[in-house]
Amino acid sequence: MPRPRGTAARKGSVFLSSHPRVRLALLIAAPLFWLGVVYIIALVLLLVTAFWSVDSFTGEINQTLTFDNIITVITGALYQTVTLRTVGIALAVTVIDVAIALPIAFFMAKVANNRTRRLLVIAVLMPLWASYLVKAYAWRSVLSSEGILEWMLAPIGGHTPGYGVTATIITLSYLWLPYVILPIFAGFDRVPDSMLEASSDLGGKTWRTLRLVVLPLVWPAIIAGTIFSFSLSLGDYITVNIVGGASQMLGNLVYTNVGAANNLPLAAAIALIPIVIIFGYLALVRRTGALDNL
Amino acid sequence: MKRTNKMRTGAAFSAIALASSALLVLSGCSSSGSSEVKMLDKLGENEGAVSILAWPGYVEDGSTDPAVDWVTPFEEETGCKVTTKVFGTSDEAFSLMKTGEYDVVSASGDASLRLVAAGEVAPVNTDLIPNYEGIFDFLKMREWNSVDGVSYGVPHGYGANLLQYRTDIVTPAPTSWSAVFEKDSPYKGKVTAYDSPIYIADAALYLMKTKPELEITNPYALDEKQLAAAVELLKEQRVNIGEYWSDYLKQAQAFTSGDSVVGTSWQVIAGMLQGEGAPVEAILPEEGATGWSDTWMVSSKAQHPNCAYAWLNYIASPEANATATEYFGEAPSNQAACDFRSEGSCEAYHAGDAEYAKQIWYWTTPIAECVDGRTDVKCTDYAQWTTAWSEIKG
Repeated sequence: MPRPRGTAARKGSVFLSSHPRVRLALLIAAPLFWLGVVYIIALVLLLVTAFWSVDSFTGEINQTLTFDNIITVITGALYQTVTLRTVGIALAVTVIDVAIALPIAFFMAKVANNRTRRLLVIAVLMPLWASYLVKAYAWRSVLSSEGILEWMLAPIGGHTPGYGVTATIITLSYLWLPYVILPIFAGFDRVPDSMLEASSDLGGKTWRTLRLVVLPLVWPAIIAGTIFSFSLSLGDYITVNIVGGASQMLGNLVYTNVGAANNLPLAAAIALIPIVIIFGYLALVRRTGALDNL
Repeated sequence: MKRTNKMRTGAAFSAIALASSALLVLSGCSSSGSSEVKMLDKLGENEGAVSILAWPGYVEDGSTDPAVDWVTPFEEETGCKVTTKVFGTSDEAFSLMKTGEYDVVSASGDASLRLVAAGEVAPVNTDLIPNYEGIFDFLKMREWNSVDGVSYGVPHGYGANLLQYRTDIVTPAPTSWSAVFEKDSPYKGKVTAYDSPIYIADAALYLMKTKPELEITNPYALDEKQLAAAVELLKEQRVNIGEYWSDYLKQAQAFTSGDSVVGTSWQVIAGMLQGEGAPVEAILPEEGATGWSDTWMVSSKAQHPNCAYAWLNYIASPEANATATEYFGEAPSNQAACDFRSEGSCEAYHAGDAEYAKQIWYWTTPIAECVDGRTDVKCTDYAQWTTAWSEIKG
């Protein structure tokens, strides 16, 4: 085997192998650039815009520092109401989704045989093949006063909730369900059967086993699921436009201020609300280790 | 683990530093001064291209429907290659025009004055547009397409925001906007309204006729007190609203299913629903109505001014005007256009009916300087209307 000659490539690799920090810097430069440019800059620009103002007539942005938008957003009754409504919707969607996802995921992971499990995974993923808009409009027709829900509930004296906050919660719960089922399914899947057997050998009944053995193990997975449903609901504005009747969420306020009002600074200030809420939520759940399950 | 965390933070900090330095550079660059904008005094050679910003359905080159094409004849006639960009709302049009990339824009009245004020559009020398002659007089030199006696564009088409209702549910048939504004509406939860700050003008128009003590003379010139009255009326209306609409297909579907039974609408929606056999009627109520009249305007930074003028002239020609306005579903701006529209369509849209047109208060941007001519008071501007609109919706 001929001895490698001192080519540039060889010199380079010798240099890199003796300088681990340079090697590392070169390796992470590209992803960091991507993260920095696409992600951080966009967020920083947003943050900075919130401290500017806009000339209401010409629509020019005035780049002098002002806290007016932040103050408006914090003190304005409108923003408080809409924030509360949005958080309420996001929480309701999350609770509903988790309640539906837990039994389904448990069945998929622990009860069903391989064939059924595969079919169920496909069934859960199937709605993701259809466009978001198609699904939202489908719910618009289901919830309509002449829709299928009314037709089904009328004989037992029930009525469709009509378009509004309830309709929004139902539709969003449907839309985000797969994102909640999948992490919880993965969580259940990771619970070794031997542990369930050990628990029952030691006299643990079903509920005791679930509570003391299974729940602590899948808890991070559940939290991971809630992050999806909570954050996706918090930022949504299209569903509420389609089935929300006259209600609006934070996303709608951002949208009107960017579009109709041409007031980017105020929109940026409003957009900070969900960011703050999500950061708070993430900080809270970080301790559970759920972030490693995403 | 600890080490990577530290590195991440470091990287984030440097990224933020980078971002902020980029910002400094950006802010240093942006400057704008709206100097006096000159109008063209004579036409030259066509530049071979023109870039148009328009409402969907205003500039059709056959890509939506091969049978619908009035751009190709223009390109063949003038040699100006057309590139089109469509916008969804007046506000989007306004932001896009500020990029200076477009030569021509079809602006509704709630954008036109803002465009003029921001120096984005140039006065239009109508002498250079032979087809301007044929435009209805009641559309020329109005407060939304001219400033201080200087024309800023060529009228395209117009229409009214009508009161639409389900004939089988809403009885007796309404004749007034009180159908949507009365407090104890029997149609609670099934009333609909247009989802835009400009809808405040509909409430102001109703107050103008029903509450003379407010002294509203123009629904687009509201002082603080008048705006507050309109907002209060709309907040009362809010409890009866089933949904606000901005997408016209959604509006049509809500009327078909009966989720909405009474509210504002357009002639084109009513026509579509009646065509499907839905029991729907649309009327111009006794108070009159708000409406739109769109204007073709030329950018102050136009790179192809001659082709821009060629387009303005072409689209005002009877044949092109007829095709474009009929396709969109509105009245043409040109009497002769009716000869080229399908049988009865001009009558359905009340084209050229000056009496009918007189009852329409066309969308105009609300600005601080009252458009009704009052000088003793400051009017509320569009930004205030937008804030008010968000509060009404709650």
